[in-house]
Amino acid sequence: MDLHFTDAQATAEERVAVDSEMGAPESSWQSGQRQDSDRRDNDGQSSERPIGDTRTAFAAFGGDAHGRRHRLLPVLHAIQNRIGWISPGALNYIGLRLDIAPAEVHGVASFYGMFSLQPRPPIVAHVCDDIACVTRGSDKLCADLEGKIGPAGSSCSGGRAIWLRSQCLGLCERAPAVLVTSAGEKSHERVSAPASADAVESLMDDAAQGRLPAEPDVLNVQISVPQSAQNRAGKESEFLPLRLLHRIGKGGAPTLETYQKLGGYRGLRKALDLGPEGTLGELAASKLLGRGGAAFPTAKKWEALFLQRDLLRHDPARAHCVICNADESEPGTFKDRILMEGDPFAILEGMTIAAFVTGARQGYIYLRGEYALAAERMQRAIQSANENGFLGDNILGSRLQFNIEIRRGAGAYICGEETALFNSIEGYRGEPRNKPPFPTQSGLFRQPTAVNNVETLVNVPGIILEGGSAYARLGTENSAGTRLFCLCGHVARPGVYEVAMGTALRQLIDLAGGVVGSGKLQAVLLGGAAGTFVGPQELDTLLTFEGTRAIGATLGSGVVMLFDDTVDLRQILLRIASFFRHETCGQCVPCRVGVVRQQEALQRLVIAKPLGSVTQEVAMLREMAQAMRDASICGLGQTAASALESAMQRWSLFA
Amino acid sequence: MILLWGSNARETHPIFFHHLLKGIRNGAELYVVDPRRTSSAQWANLWLGLDVGSDISLANAMGREIIVAGLANEKFIQNATSGFEAYKAHVEKYTLERAERETGVPAEAIRRMAHAYGSAPRSQICWTLGITEHHDAVDNVVALINLALLTGHVGRYGSGVNPLRGQNNVQGGGDMGAIPDRLTGFQHVENDQLRAKFEQAWGVKIQPKRGWHLSDMFEAMEHGDLTMLYVLGENPADSEADRHRALKRLGGLEFLVVQDLFYTSTAELADVVLPAAAGAFESEGTVTSSERRVQRVRRTVPPPAGVRDDLEIIFDLARRLGHDWGTPDPEAIWNELRPLSPMHGGMSYRRLEEMGGIQWPCYDESHPGEMFLHGRLWSEPLIGPRAPFSVVEFEPPVDQLDEQYPIRLTTGRRLDDYNTGVQTRKYASPLRRKEALDVSPEDGQFYKLREGEKVRVTSRRGSLVAPVRFDSALRPGLAFLSVHAHDQIATNELTIDAVDPKSGTSEFKATAIRIEKV
Amino acid sequence: MTQSPNNSQPLDAPRPTIPLPRGPVPQAPPERERRSIEIKIDGESVAVAEGSTILDAAKKLGIDTPTLCFLESLSPVNVCRVCVVELEGARTLVPACSRKVEPNMSIRTDSERVRLSRRLVLEFLASSVDLSTAPAVHAYMDRYDAHPERFGSARATVAQPVIIDNELYVRDYSKCVLCYKCVEACGVDAQNTFAIAVAGRGFSAHIATEFDVPLPDSACVYCGNCIGVCPTGALMFKVEYDMRQAGTWNESRQTQTDTICPYCGVGCDLTVHQQEGQIVGVTSPVDHSVTHGNLCIKGRFGWQFVQIQPVDPDGK
Repeated sequence: MDLHFTDAQATAEERVAVDSEMGAPESSWQSGQRQDSDRRDNDGQSSERPIGDTRTAFAAFGGDAHGRRHRLLPVLHAIQNRIGWISPGALNYIGLRLDIAPAEVHGVASFYGMFSLQPRPPIVAHVCDDIACVTRGSDKLCADLEGKIGPAGSSCSGGRAIWLRSQCLGLCERAPAVLVTSAGEKSHERVSAPASADAVESLMDDAAQGRLPAEPDVLNVQISVPQSAQNRAGKESEFLPLRLLHRIGKGGAPTLETYQKLGGYRGLRKALDLGPEGTLGELAASKLLGRGGAAFPTAKKWEALFLQRDLLRHDPARAHCVICNADESEPGTFKDRILMEGDPFAILEGMTIAAFVTGARQGYIYLRGEYALAAERMQRAIQSANENGFLGDNILGSRLQFNIEIRRGAGAYICGEETALFNSIEGYRGEPRNKPPFPTQSGLFRQPTAVNNVETLVNVPGIILEGGSAYARLGTENSAGTRLFCLCGHVARPGVYEVAMGTALRQLIDLAGGVVGSGKLQAVLLGGAAGTFVGPQELDTLLTFEGTRAIGATLGSGVVMLFDDTVDLRQILLRIASFFRHETCGQCVPCRVGVVRQQEALQRLVIAKPLGSVTQEVAMLREMAQAMRDASICGLGQTAASALESAMQRWSLFA
Repeated sequence: MILLWGSNARETHPIFFHHLLKGIRNGAELYVVDPRRTSSAQWANLWLGLDVGSDISLANAMGREIIVAGLANEKFIQNATSGFEAYKAHVEKYTLERAERETGVPAEAIRRMAHAYGSAPRSQICWTLGITEHHDAVDNVVALINLALLTGHVGRYGSGVNPLRGQNNVQGGGDMGAIPDRLTGFQHVENDQLRAKFEQAWGVKIQPKRGWHLSDMFEAMEHGDLTMLYVLGENPADSEADRHRALKRLGGLEFLVVQDLFYTSTAELADVVLPAAAGAFESEGTVTSSERRVQRVRRTVPPPAGVRDDLEIIFDLARRLGHDWGTPDPEAIWNELRPLSPMHGGMSYRRLEEMGGIQWPCYDESHPGEMFLHGRLWSEPLIGPRAPFSVVEFEPPVDQLDEQYPIRLTTGRRLDDYNTGVQTRKYASPLRRKEALDVSPEDGQFYKLREGEKVRVTSRRGSLVAPVRFDSALRPGLAFLSVHAHDQIATNELTIDAVDPKSGTSEFKATAIRIEKV
Repeated sequence: MTQSPNNSQPLDAPRPTIPLPRGPVPQAPPERERRSIEIKIDGESVAVAEGSTILDAAKKLGIDTPTLCFLESLSPVNVCRVCVVELEGARTLVPACSRKVEPNMSIRTDSERVRLSRRLVLEFLASSVDLSTAPAVHAYMDRYDAHPERFGSARATVAQPVIIDNELYVRDYSKCVLCYKCVEACGVDAQNTFAIAVAGRGFSAHIATEFDVPLPDSACVYCGNCIGVCPTGALMFKVEYDMRQAGTWNESRQTQTDTICPYCGVGCDLTVHQQEGQIVGVTSPVDHSVTHGNLCIKGRFGWQFVQIQPVDPDGK
């Protein structure tokens, strides 16, 4: 296409950053620097080639005129990680290399929280002040940092670093959490959790002086997976054996060897024996429902692609796709991170079985941008699986072809919504698409796509290995299997827990050591910011899809966040409202404006300055909630008032 | 597959290009042949940056490759064409290697384009002045027509050879008979039967011989055979090639009448100037677009005081010459021609209104018009005459490059301007930059120039001073000037009036120049 | 005149056969047959072709559905949500403008739920955007009894200064409802220039060039197709803007006449808007098969030569 750029030029370093992701430019038309092979000598003389092939076909998925566009997000990361911000010159160079208009590149880059479009020091401490960390002292942490460095946005370490407040970082079991990113030739991401102001400051200093430890973070299994101690000790318990967490922590950092030793890849082998239909049959018998929040039957999703395999055979432009949704961003949720950090091969195995059933040859893991250790471990696992024939062109000698690529998110909660995730991978703004068409008909690159949550995929190998009906016997009639829960807030032993579906909420809290803080439970938030509050009187609710639905609640992403009676729930609600105000993509009116008006109304109620009366404000909030739920495009807007509504229903907070 | 040849439609026909982009979005391939890597070329699957004026060599080599590769449509050739054997024998010597030598385009690129054109289920060729502003303009066109005949990419939906007309009514002018050898509806003036029809309807005798085309007229002025000229809506003082000579010729006329919207450079030379209304905005009638669509133009605002509609002026002129035609009525005039011109027969004003224009031919009021031509070539048995292949030979531009004049200058339009700028220079386009000579960055370096620096540009006919601007769409040795800003840069001081004898068009596209620092 | 060599076979002999004989009337390939689908809207049955939207079906029944971000010539983005209707069995309301009909759908276009969402959407928009030059929205607001002022005076809005950075058109993003139409017209649905895009996120999402550079530094080619599709007057011809500022803009004294563009040979239909004998704007009909409502800089803005008055009675 014909592109027009401003005069801003990329620096040599910015070019290197982009080229490291894209390779060297094929012709001057992509680099802005003329080379002999791109031009012609004098008219009338035969000479060098004047061909400029401007639209390299994107063969793998066909049809998309913007052949390189899907590289946009990785390239933006490359610049951000190397330079610390994306300058007008860098943006122009990206446009030139990827054949994207600069306004479009800017539109995409400005969508994501992790990209800075203004000069910014290379080192940034992202300090979580979200609802889980608030219960664990993030207020004090922020106050201390304000005292030592100055208000958020102030710089330190000789101007090389700044600190910023952040949304939930998914490190809730170690709250309060801080993520330090450091841009440069070698970029770093380091976690401090639980963090203190001193620790954060010295981490920034270390980064400034290039003295950071090698590992991005460590997975401390004892802390993050409290059940692992019992598991290792072989202790019997009503909640054991663990199916999803049992490998985590065994044998140190995960390797392919350990994974196989612990039963890994036996599920895939069995699937290959069963064939796609047989595998699908086991999955259907298991009654596995998606663990991302929507609880859609996994077998049904895969079957939709399986049934289109004939079309796949006859149309070379078609390509099914499997995506692992690892963009875990729901405040209070961290289970997928721990699975990725602790058992990455299980995810790959689950995806490979999915590929076998659905006919997909390409898989993507859309991995939350803030999860450095998970990304590193997944990347290492993919490499190892490739090298050992568990991924690639002839998996386990079965001629199964499947490759997996990691795409890292860049700080946008909405990209966990599956259609927004497609747009994000494709190099567009992460705005959800209207459904129908559903992803199984038209998903990534408009191809049939199965999107599954990390936990769902980790369930799959075991189901195939042990048989679907065995799995279905776990849990309850309508909620089969076990489920991971993220306990955080005022709970004695925060962490990820695996229990059978149908366990009572009270039992789960007891398993985690009960309520701390004042010791007196005020409320439990189930399912995160998009979830629902329940009260102490509802602790006997069974944790099943149907059990929570009966009390107007939801399991959502498995968050169980406890608040003691000293917490001002109105402040928590305000923080949730601010979260949505920050994270709405802005595409549709009910959500874009609704979440703002909701936050404004809540603010007025909290400071007891309602417009008209409290009753009027509450009525207005209810009306807005209904319009957002009814008229928004996607789940974000549809659930943006759900926590608030559930709280207003249970407590009179603003009287 | 769309082959855009010698056309920068992205800028010169923007709304046509929208349709083309829809095709690209739907998976069509675009190939662009142009010496410059234009904004159109940047949309192409492949751009072929040939040497200016080497089109015939490229087309013939494509033809040869299509035959060699077995991509010729033999059935169509047999049923509907003539002269194929002669064509085949002729293009045999246009090997890819020879074409690479003559055009500068790598053989592989020519091969790719030939195969893409030949094997696509539907291919069409669109061209503009890059084909026709040459001394062998008509030869260039028939070289492209040969390709369509060879592959059967003509007379079918989505195919064809498509000249993108540069003016809103240049097609209509021809349709109406404003060409030297035709009466309205392309009826040949030298055909006695056809002429008799008009003579009967109009009650006058019509000269049985064709007239002069524009270049003939200018030559006739030179020889004193033409002494009086009535110019309507043209600005030849700026638009003719080799301006120096054109001005001399116009100046030598005994009597010059200019009818125009503005006091143009040509009007300055006139004995009488007749201020005329703006056709598209201040008068009633029809125009015919590039797709043969006849559409109504309407008076949207009244003309300024003292300014008259072209029709009124002509009617008054007739009256002064002793013929009272009454009061001008555009619809009555239109209805007068409909029975005389079969292809316009079914186009009543009412139907034109209702159908948003009609594409000719439209023979009667039940006929819907025709979205493409030459469908008859697919009828079996064939209706009408066979479509002839033509044998055309490559010949380099007349104005040859040498030590003295080493740079090839080519000309064209920019997006926001139009021809000599009489109309477009009146609005404040934010895109408009000070007009400059565009050269490649390498040439800028070679001549040690800074952007914006003024240089002397000299051709064998004239010389001017212009600032330079670097444009990476150009390769070394190729320069570009627009034709819009004669008040700043009189491009036609440089151009050559090497005329194609068949069309009367000058070779505006190929001038040999040199650049000197001043 | 330089007589050039010319060695092709002569082609200029009179052709008695011109004009060529009539052949069969050419036809476009037949469109795929679309089956007819019957649905119920507000209890009334209506049949429309497969692939039609609920909006099409409602239109057929004469039901007036409010729309803002919808335009026939653009791909539906269904972001304004003012067209939502109630589909029996669906958890949420659905956008009429983009939801394709399916057999046996049962739709309600005026239920309490529908009215509430439409009212709230209008209130949300009117409370955050200056709709003073969007009369259509005001009619909708009356219809749904919307009261945007109930959100108080301290509410967040998108108010910002007007951008005048060129002589042809003005951008007042205080009036922008973020319908995406201009981005679509500038982009893949028509012009393919991509000079503007949606930038930022959430409430601060806005239409922007890269780094908000002025239009003359951007890729903008001033086709004005964005102005043609803007539903709220956020994008406006400078002529109109100046006349409004001067208080001389008067739509009741304007007429519109269609003509054909005087420039290249494409044959674009121009709808010329005139007030008191002066051209005050040019648009093109969305349903015209040549333009689909789109024009280029010359067609849209190149008419100013018509307004120039002769400076001397001789016409010189």
